[in-house]
Amino acid sequence: MGNKHVNAIVVGAGAGGGIVAKELSVAGLSVVLFERGGWATYDDTDTDELKSQRTTPLGNAYGPDDSRYKRVIANADGSTYTVLPSEGGYNNNAACVGSGTVSYGAMAWRFMQEDFKLKTTYGAIEGSTLADWPFTYEDLEPCYEKAEWEIGVSGDATQNPFGAPRNKPYPMPPFSHNKEAQLLYDAAKRLGYHPFPIPMLRNSIPYGGRPACIRMRTCCGYACPVNAKCGTQNTVIPIAIATGNCELRINSVVSEILVNEQGKITGVTYFDEKNRKQTQTADLVVVSCSATETARLLLNSKSKFFPNGIGNENDWVGRNLQGHAYTGAYGIFEDEVYDDLGPGASVAISDFNHHNPGIMGGGVLCNEFIRMPYSFTGIRPPGSASWGKEHKAFQRLNFKRVAQAVGPYQEIPNFEARVEVDPVVKDFWGIPVVRLSGSRHEKDVEGCRLMSEKAELWLKEAGAIHTWQSLGGGKGISGGQHQAGTCRMGNDPKTSVTDKFGRIHAVPNLFVADGSLNVNNGGFNPALTIMALGFRVGGYIASEWSKGNRFK
Amino acid sequence: MEKQTKLTRRSFIALSVLGAGGMCLLSRCTNPPLSPWRFITVQESNLLDALVEQIIPTDEWLGGRDAGVTNFIDMQLTGPYTRYQETYRKGLMAIQETCKTKFQKRFEELPFEKQTQFLEAMEAGKMEGKLWEKGLDRQFFRLIRDHSLQGFYGSPRHGGNKNNVSYKMMRLDYPVIIGQNRYNN
Ligand SMILES: Cc1cc2nc3c(=O)[nH]c(=O)nc-3n(C[C@H](O)[C@H](O)[C@H](O)COP(=O)(O)OP(=O)(O)OC[C@H]3O[C@@H](n4cnc5c(N)ncnc54)[C@H](O)[C@@H]3O)c2cc1C
Ligand code: SF4
Repeated sequence: MGNKHVNAIVVGAGAGGGIVAKELSVAGLSVVLFERGGWATYDDTDTDELKSQRTTPLGNAYGPDDSRYKRVIANADGSTYTVLPSEGGYNNNAACVGSGTVSYGAMAWRFMQEDFKLKTTYGAIEGSTLADWPFTYEDLEPCYEKAEWEIGVSGDATQNPFGAPRNKPYPMPPFSHNKEAQLLYDAAKRLGYHPFPIPMLRNSIPYGGRPACIRMRTCCGYACPVNAKCGTQNTVIPIAIATGNCELRINSVVSEILVNEQGKITGVTYFDEKNRKQTQTADLVVVSCSATETARLLLNSKSKFFPNGIGNENDWVGRNLQGHAYTGAYGIFEDEVYDDLGPGASVAISDFNHHNPGIMGGGVLCNEFIRMPYSFTGIRPPGSASWGKEHKAFQRLNFKRVAQAVGPYQEIPNFEARVEVDPVVKDFWGIPVVRLSGSRHEKDVEGCRLMSEKAELWLKEAGAIHTWQSLGGGKGISGGQHQAGTCRMGNDPKTSVTDKFGRIHAVPNLFVADGSLNVNNGGFNPALTIMALGFRVGGYIASEWSKGNRFK
Repeated sequence: MEKQTKLTRRSFIALSVLGAGGMCLLSRCTNPPLSPWRFITVQESNLLDALVEQIIPTDEWLGGRDAGVTNFIDMQLTGPYTRYQETYRKGLMAIQETCKTKFQKRFEELPFEKQTQFLEAMEAGKMEGKLWEKGLDRQFFRLIRDHSLQGFYGSPRHGGNKNNVSYKMMRLDYPVIIGQNRYNN
């Protein structure tokens, strides 16, 4: 039995895709929202540290699974090897309804005004494709606001003098600090920095028909047992389904975007939950598979019209893959700083995001989410034992005495850091897999060094008696949970993949709405920006549709 | 093993379905013994006990062996770590063969400090000879170390961390009962 034609297909029910599906179905378009994973439930893995979304030795709690998925990593010398989703090199985010927004740490950052015009702010950088966004922060501001109010954010913007201007406060008050965060808050004040509560996509008070957070020690990497964490799976996706216009089709892996003789998109092929190949047609398609998988789907959609993949006339699809270079420092305190008031991260300073002499950008610095016992086994001053009696004693003595200040350095976009599809290796369904290659820009490490030094100073001021840096930014492939940049927006089709509304330049009815669009990735975790882009792209399509535009 | 001689035919078959290393189908055959483990043999389990005890030694708290870390590893080797079966088989064999040649003893019979030195040499990639080719020493050491730490510090549901011993040692209340032993302040 064939599938009924619909107005829109959205591929991927994550941060970007969930929002687009809601915007379109509320506007009256009929929508099929495809998701390769299923509904995630807390009960499957609860607080299991070995199978979470953060520490994954025994697998990813929220997908994808090791048995059907893999990727290829290409070394600088051209040699390659295969990695599984539970291995770090895979650069995973998630695969379930809501994707990373089910298990994320839920930090809810707006990028700063400078982040939308890095090239204007810092000038060209050798070996980088640094560029301005095709619009300004002010253009995106209303979409940030929608994300904050429709998904739900707790915070107090008045405490951050470096935050970009905004029209409305956060809908919920901020979370209080635990013992460790309070120490750091006070220390930052003494240093003349500007500490403030991290805005969080978590309910500090009941909101959206869901209860307040009960502040557990597991949050980042885990689903929420009481539904107080706000993702697309418990906000916009249910709204989309409730309109009656949106069908969520889970366990369905989209394999190709279909193109007709005129170069127009007609729909997609996918493997359904019984692994049968199916076709779904639509007037328009929105790809929201995350930065690595969106590039893969476009590149795998080869036709007479698009021999190198859709949108790839100028070899830009999959380029400029960015994540974040996490960098910071650890400190051991004489007294215990751990008071079991989760989930940990709550204090931030944005003093070093921009205008650091000699450095492109920077990043926010925060205290860290509570580390569970196994994660803590890797946290040691340089030269410490990694096993044996001494290692065990350190676990016992210092678990409650260590604090970390860390942040995401904004990576310098690099054309050679890229997603391709592997010519040989295929996944369970026979679809060519992602091949990752290239590396971070060599200058990233300079920004990282600065941030790590500041983090170490901050910890010392807070009373740490022994500190050491954890320096990010080394060579190596980027991407990971904060993957972005592979289908960048721009006004010039020669140096970008989509226009300023996420539409693939050469194709009237194909859009992208996820982290792939980011021209650069900010000195912040990217989810709220991706959500704002979801509102921007979805809102644009809906408003054009209501004016009669059928994107032909 | 004693148990084996007492097995009825039916229970013997049931056990064999569970799959044991070194299975022997003739009832007169007693060597190698029927293993109570999933993947490892009884002999390998003795060695693994010693290895995990090196990574997490007993002090005022249980060590790796008594916390069930060997059980954790055996369980994962027929689950998510099936891909490491061959490395374990080769690595465990290489350790015993090396001990036999060098000390005329099995690894687990060496004094604790000697065992530690042996592992330090593996960690540093200093093992010699054909058995350790292609960096097996470093590679296998890393597996043993990481898997032992996972078994001791991870969730007890995977066969290790018996009675939440590591959580107790680190003074974390467990199991968490959502909404009950949580924060009232
Ligand atoms: C543990 C963890 C902590 C995090 N913490 C934070 C944080 O504190 N703050 C923050 O801002 N960000 C955080 N993130 C990152 C955040 O979750 C991502 O940035 C965000 O989800 C990316 O949005 P996206 O729309 O680009 O892709 P995703 O949200 O990943 O959505 C893509 C979806 O598409 C589906 N898909 C892919 N390919 C196909 C296909 N072929 N067919 C069908 N479906 C497909 C995927 O399964 C997925 O559901 C965290 C992530 C993780 C995992
Ligand atoms: S800490 Fe709060 S938001 Fe996070 S999982 Fe627990 S209850 Fe949910």
